[in-house]
Amino acid sequence: MADGQALRKLTIRILRYNPRVPGDVPRLQDYEIEEADGMTLFIALNDIRDRLDGSIAFDFVCRAGICGSCAMMIDGRPGLACRTLTKNLGAVITLAPLPVFELVADLSVDTGKWMRGMSERLEAWVHVKQGEIDLKRIEDRMDPDLAEEIFELDRCIECGCCVAGCGTARMRDDFVGAVGLNKIARFRLDPRDTRTDEDFYELVGDDDGVFGCMSLLACHDVCPKQLPLQTQIAFLRRKMVKQGTLG
Amino acid sequence: MKIVYTDVLVIGGGLAGLRLAIGAKRRGHDAIILSLVPAKRSHSKAAQGGMQASLGNVAKGQGDNEDIHFEDTVRGSDWGADQEVVRMFVNTAPKAVRELAAWGVPWSRVRKGDRQVVINGQKVTITERDEAHGTVAQRDFGGTKKWRTCYVADATGHAMITAVADQAIADSIPVHERKEALALIHDGGRCLGAVVRDLTTGELLAYVAKATAIATGGAGRLYRSTTNAVICEGMGHAIALETGAAALGNMEAVQFHPTAIFPAGILVTEGCRGDGGLLKDAKGHRFMPDYEPEKKELASRDVVSRRMEEHIKKGNGAKSRFGEHLWLDITLLGEKHIHTNLREVWDICHYFLGVDPVKDFIAVRPAQHYTMGGVRTTPTGESPTLKGLFAAGEAACWDMHGFNRLGGNSVAETVVAGMIVGEFIADFCDRAENAATVPVGLVQEFVQREQAKLSAIVDRRSGEDPSTLKLEMQDLMTSCVGIFRTGAELEKAVDGLQKLLARSRNVGVKSSAPGPNPELVTAYRVQKMIKLALTIAYGASVRTESRGAHFRSDFPRRNDAEWLKRTLATWKGDSDTLPTLDYEPLDVKRMELPPGWRGYGAKDYIDHPETPARAALVEGAKATAADRFALQQSLMPYEHLLPPVLRGRNERIDEPF
Repeated sequence: MADGQALRKLTIRILRYNPRVPGDVPRLQDYEIEEADGMTLFIALNDIRDRLDGSIAFDFVCRAGICGSCAMMIDGRPGLACRTLTKNLGAVITLAPLPVFELVADLSVDTGKWMRGMSERLEAWVHVKQGEIDLKRIEDRMDPDLAEEIFELDRCIECGCCVAGCGTARMRDDFVGAVGLNKIARFRLDPRDTRTDEDFYELVGDDDGVFGCMSLLACHDVCPKQLPLQTQIAFLRRKMVKQGTLG
Repeated sequence: MKIVYTDVLVIGGGLAGLRLAIGAKRRGHDAIILSLVPAKRSHSKAAQGGMQASLGNVAKGQGDNEDIHFEDTVRGSDWGADQEVVRMFVNTAPKAVRELAAWGVPWSRVRKGDRQVVINGQKVTITERDEAHGTVAQRDFGGTKKWRTCYVADATGHAMITAVADQAIADSIPVHERKEALALIHDGGRCLGAVVRDLTTGELLAYVAKATAIATGGAGRLYRSTTNAVICEGMGHAIALETGAAALGNMEAVQFHPTAIFPAGILVTEGCRGDGGLLKDAKGHRFMPDYEPEKKELASRDVVSRRMEEHIKKGNGAKSRFGEHLWLDITLLGEKHIHTNLREVWDICHYFLGVDPVKDFIAVRPAQHYTMGGVRTTPTGESPTLKGLFAAGEAACWDMHGFNRLGGNSVAETVVAGMIVGEFIADFCDRAENAATVPVGLVQEFVQREQAKLSAIVDRRSGEDPSTLKLEMQDLMTSCVGIFRTGAELEKAVDGLQKLLARSRNVGVKSSAPGPNPELVTAYRVQKMIKLALTIAYGASVRTESRGAHFRSDFPRRNDAEWLKRTLATWKGDSDTLPTLDYEPLDVKRMELPPGWRGYGAKDYIDHPETPARAALVEGAKATAADRFALQQSLMPYEHLLPPVLRGRNERIDEPF
């Protein structure tokens, strides 16, 4: 907002529901606040909680776009609330919790449980070679470009935006989502992981994995970290088709 | 009453807690991690610039070793650190980087051949050795003699916690998310677990364990302007303090980071300056060389933050509607470097300031950043006064940072302390006499006491407003217990905080809704936060010297003769309005590096009477020692303090086995 321009009155419209209150029903509740310069949804929601209604549940941690806690539906689109500036939105801003994930209350959902379940199913960790790592010795060398390529995919913050925007995830409870497929792509790249395509096929070579994706690719559009999900899913599918047919 | 049993209860799911739990689990002990948030969302994630470890792979890091890392860290601490612990740390840091490399952290790697870097505002060509190609790279950071900070672009903490949290999943370590420890269960001498609130359902549970570890990070949210995540409210510190048995060390030592974006307070990494970025004033003048000709922008954080505030006070700040600030200029680093190595910084500038750091300066001003103080422990990580209570990472006063932590030493501490303390916790659990017999009566008493406290708050509908108390506390801390401190202001802070403490005992909430009830959370936390704020303000008012980040304008000199000692704060009774302070002297006669000038900042200090003799002895030993290892061993043997699996030298390209 340019200096001197009048600040707007904003209506923050929040989908309220606390499943632990007997008889509570989901409803939209409006809060009127005055916009401030550089206001983010983090600032707006805390302002509402501090001054108007202490009971609203929402999740922020880093408030810097790094930790992935505050993903929510912002005017119908999944995004990180902490780094969304109100000046880029209309005077009425509608906020709702992410779909797919278990609701805690109001804007707070349990992404942690979902992500842990996905990680366990996909064994989403580097499967280290057998034998002790010798911590006293110089580390194994890695090509600098490869390290950067791995980091590119390692930047996922597990915010859940890709899952919330996913058509398949709405139909299949066990679909691993772009977040899961991206992890497999990341471990495939990593020479420290001992698994082969045969192993990866066991994990994602079905309709809950890479073949469940309908290529609608909202995941790619809404990823706050701009991960290359479209190419990674396409590439992984090609590799898994190859593995599945030629094995 | 629901009771959960485990061997090791780890409170806090950041890097220190995760690594510690992995260590205990791999030794055969069950561990449960309690976390306010999913582990990967912990504040460890926000560490950007990197982790110090003396690998010496890059050309500008050649010749680096544990000795230099040790000296940098002790100087950075302004001689407040426990030098034995610093030795344990610097010897383990390279092992930690190598372990993380094996676990999948995509460390940025050395590329052989020529590359252009910016040093002191000038473009310089550096040639990396062929034999270093593909090893873990290092960048420059403040207060270090060598390039020692290992990094993953500027998302080092993110990459580290992703790998470590994934290993914890691989090891089937449960993380009980959205759980908050409200009180430690103890009998005054032995800690046996914690009373825990489920932040989803609101119910109270008891966790009973042989060993309990606090790894809850810092307490930055005691201040209005902080780089810390919103969950960094010092609750781990507070529940230890409230035992009356465990002590908090050096709480007055609070670090302010020079480059928080203004006014939001979000951190941009020290790597900006390490990679060649400059600090400039309203006129575009690079002012740091005027104050610190030796280290310039790369003096330690306490020094740079003070110089910035001093420069603003002289009228050189850039003005904005939110107040004054200075500029961080990284435009000279070029687009490619920023988009590769300072990507997170670019994102933050883009989303929160609406500027492009490739072309524009970044508005910055110092903000609270790190809590040097914490639960006082022995080198094994255990509280010396409450058996079975351990602490690691920022929540601990182990104490390797003394009165000022070096950049890159905090994420390093999280994993190193996790490795070391994890072994000692396993040792503790191995010992038959430490089997926890469950004192059901005691557990019940603690749960009931916490339940009664919560009920009192919920029933008090017209009590003090929790958010108001918190804001007033934060304002007092920011205005009176900041970068520059005086006796008068600190007295004002102590007085004001005592009044807030009294009011907080009458805190109430409007909503009694079951479930998370965020207002209730603020209410019970603010009671604890005000106690912590008092330990900081009171400790600072009594310490009539300047050391590291604790700067008294009315006592500007470091005074080793009177203050070469660690503050220990305890909170003896529930109705007390001040902590009880004790002091633990640091023994100059056992120091490997006797007190002296740091190499930056003020040259003026009052010597300890034993310093000259010790300094002469150390100089003499240097003249006669066979090599650096023999010299170190003769001055301050420490290796026996490390767990056996972590002993031993570190291989380097220039120091092959």
